[in-house]
Amino acid sequence: MKRTHRANLALTAGTAIVAMVIAACGSSATSTPGASSSPSSGSSSAAALTASAPGITPTQILIGSHQPLTGVAAPGYSEIAPASKAYFDYVNSRGGIYGRKIVYKYLNDVYNPTNTSNVVHQLVLQDGVYAIFNGLGTPTHLAVAQYLNSQKVPDVFIASGCECWNAPAKWPDSFGWQLDYVREGKILGNYVKQHFKGKKIGYFYQDDEFGQDGVKGLNYEIPKSQVVAKESYNPANVNVGPQVAALKAAGAQVVVSFSVPAFTALLQLTSLKLQFKPQLVVSDVGSDPTTLGGLLAAFGKNKKLSALTQGIITDGYLPSLGDASNSWIALFKKVHDQYIPKLPFDGNVAYGLAVGYTFVQAMLKAGRNPTRQDLINAIQAGLPQGPSVAPYAYSATDHNGITGAYMAVIKNGALVPKGPVLVTDTSPTGAITPDTATQPAAPASGVPSP
Amino acid sequence: MTLARHTGAALLVAVVLLILTVRLSPFRDFQIAEVAAYATAIAGLTYLIGLSGQVSIGHGAFMAIGAYIAAVIGLHQHWPLELIFLASTVAAAVAGGIVGVAAARLRGPYLAGATLMLAVALPSLANRYAGLLGGDQGLSFSVTTPAFLGVTFPPTRWLAWIACIGALITLVLLANLGRSRIGRSWRALRDNEIAAALSGLNVARLQILAFVISSACAGLGGALLAAVSAIVSPGAFTLTLSIGLITGAILGGLGSLAGAVWGAVVLVFVPTYVQDVATSHGLSSAASSNVPIAAYGVVLIAVMLLFPTGIQGGLRRLLGPVAPAASTPFNALRRRGPASEHQEEGTT
Repeated sequence: MKRTHRANLALTAGTAIVAMVIAACGSSATSTPGASSSPSSGSSSAAALTASAPGITPTQILIGSHQPLTGVAAPGYSEIAPASKAYFDYVNSRGGIYGRKIVYKYLNDVYNPTNTSNVVHQLVLQDGVYAIFNGLGTPTHLAVAQYLNSQKVPDVFIASGCECWNAPAKWPDSFGWQLDYVREGKILGNYVKQHFKGKKIGYFYQDDEFGQDGVKGLNYEIPKSQVVAKESYNPANVNVGPQVAALKAAGAQVVVSFSVPAFTALLQLTSLKLQFKPQLVVSDVGSDPTTLGGLLAAFGKNKKLSALTQGIITDGYLPSLGDASNSWIALFKKVHDQYIPKLPFDGNVAYGLAVGYTFVQAMLKAGRNPTRQDLINAIQAGLPQGPSVAPYAYSATDHNGITGAYMAVIKNGALVPKGPVLVTDTSPTGAITPDTATQPAAPASGVPSP
Repeated sequence: MTLARHTGAALLVAVVLLILTVRLSPFRDFQIAEVAAYATAIAGLTYLIGLSGQVSIGHGAFMAIGAYIAAVIGLHQHWPLELIFLASTVAAAVAGGIVGVAAARLRGPYLAGATLMLAVALPSLANRYAGLLGGDQGLSFSVTTPAFLGVTFPPTRWLAWIACIGALITLVLLANLGRSRIGRSWRALRDNEIAAALSGLNVARLQILAFVISSACAGLGGALLAAVSAIVSPGAFTLTLSIGLITGAILGGLGSLAGAVWGAVVLVFVPTYVQDVATSHGLSSAASSNVPIAAYGVVLIAVMLLFPTGIQGGLRRLLGPVAPAASTPFNALRRRGPASEHQEEGTT
């Protein structure tokens, strides 16, 4: 700020000012290092805990994230980071990670890549975070992935199913987490192939990496001859009338949709208007019943419209929220009710809690005094299956996360699983096989064991 | 004479900036780079509005053109950085010329509407031609720090240097232009188009020229911003950016180059600062994430109430008795408040 002021002063009063300017900037320079000074190790109470890496002190682990807390992507997604924080608070109240508390600082990037770049620089350079955790969005996170890797900052459990994060050679420090869209497309496509033989299939997808990866997976499975229409939408244009009309004109009996919740709702409401009643198959991203039902009611200005979610076929890679007997759902509910009771207990909250659990798993494996590389090594050595229904793919050569999901149908606002958990890979020919192993139950304490 | 004085002043500022970037933390360097990129774009806009009297609500679109040209060239050619930035500037200037021809026929709200449309429509070209422009996720544009600076040299300092050099060159050129015959002609037609035409000025040509120059500045600003944020994507060039540029120009003081820098400082620092304060006071995330937007509005209202001529105008009033008017070259650039201009638009 002083700079401009100075620029003007210099113009006005000439060289005499410069001496003062230099003196002033000297003083501001001395004040800045204090903000990011690394704490001295050797506190007597925790002799074994050291400041082993940037962001790690004997008492805390500082991590950061970029999240859309306001703006178009905020509805639903803004619940994720508070949910992760709630899980970290839960772990902190039970002794933290080897005695250190997790401090989670997430900043609002309004889903704008320029802001993402700004807030991530702030987190890395000014706050000195240990890692960037669960940065949300494909276009947004692409703005910082290269930077984080060049600075060797762990870039873990990105909140996007883009397959692009799986690039260990180019981005050794980046890791995906959720079921990637190619795998998801294959699993949905496989279901459609088996259950809608001979029917006319239409695609409705977001015209970016999310939709295109999904369509790639669908194409691996669904016979070309069955696909009668492929309609894409641009998230900046809320009029999907032309696309829905084209799907109807092509006579699609089944519509497979890789859309965000708002556009699933628009697809449904526009179909209703055009009296087009296909069977919907929607990706997990766009089918959270609570979020979708709320949007349907809000967009249609009629509460009854939330019932349109009934009968949507989808998939889930976390246990169904409706399954109260599931140990993970019980744990999520407990943490939710204690720390974030004001937020709805929906898929976004479950997502935030689950990815928080995965981070705690990884940190415990990284050791008592981890460097940044220790966290990378710990994830690459593989993590035990946690809240997800299928195992993680993590290895030195694979940075994808969850590898499978179960098919489900939405009934009364909850997912009712249909059939076993299916796992697959991202290759065109890789088989889709049932995962016979049962998902391990949540630990009684709610905290993973090291 | 003026050129020498402006260049001298710029060199002085450059030395101060050099010292600042070396002594401040890497994140401050990053913010300085952002300020420089925004200041470059706002400086052109503040001349367009404050000097030539034309309003543009679509300057984010010219930033997008500059940024995309830079990214596409950077991706496919191994041009030196200065050449890439020059290409961005020229491309945006050409686009500005085309828009300027139309703009010279439009007045007041019609011109604002036309440029608004540009800001809304242009970024979606990136989705239309996703193969070349990378669609929604954009193109990456990374600037590598030259090897001679050493491996430990903070990349953000290099970015700050690049952006500040770009901004300073722009500001010097604009300062000279403002003091030249063209600058005086712009002021004449801003104050009264008919009188200016009667005095023999070619109103349309001057207005188009103003558009070309301000778009060129926006193009360079966009390219610099692309270099700083390492990515170019449609999400970065929304209407919010265009409105932000106008806000910056008005906050700083319309027509004033120093004001443009003030505006950029406010755009970059206020949101970050307020969010820090909000989170450190333990506000809930729902509240603290909305506070910066509210604070931005409050700053806008406060500045307009306290300093109707912008921050630079207010400063000049406070510092007025100390600094004789003749020795501040920027003083001459700015005589009227934005309010009087709007009245004029309404009555003609």
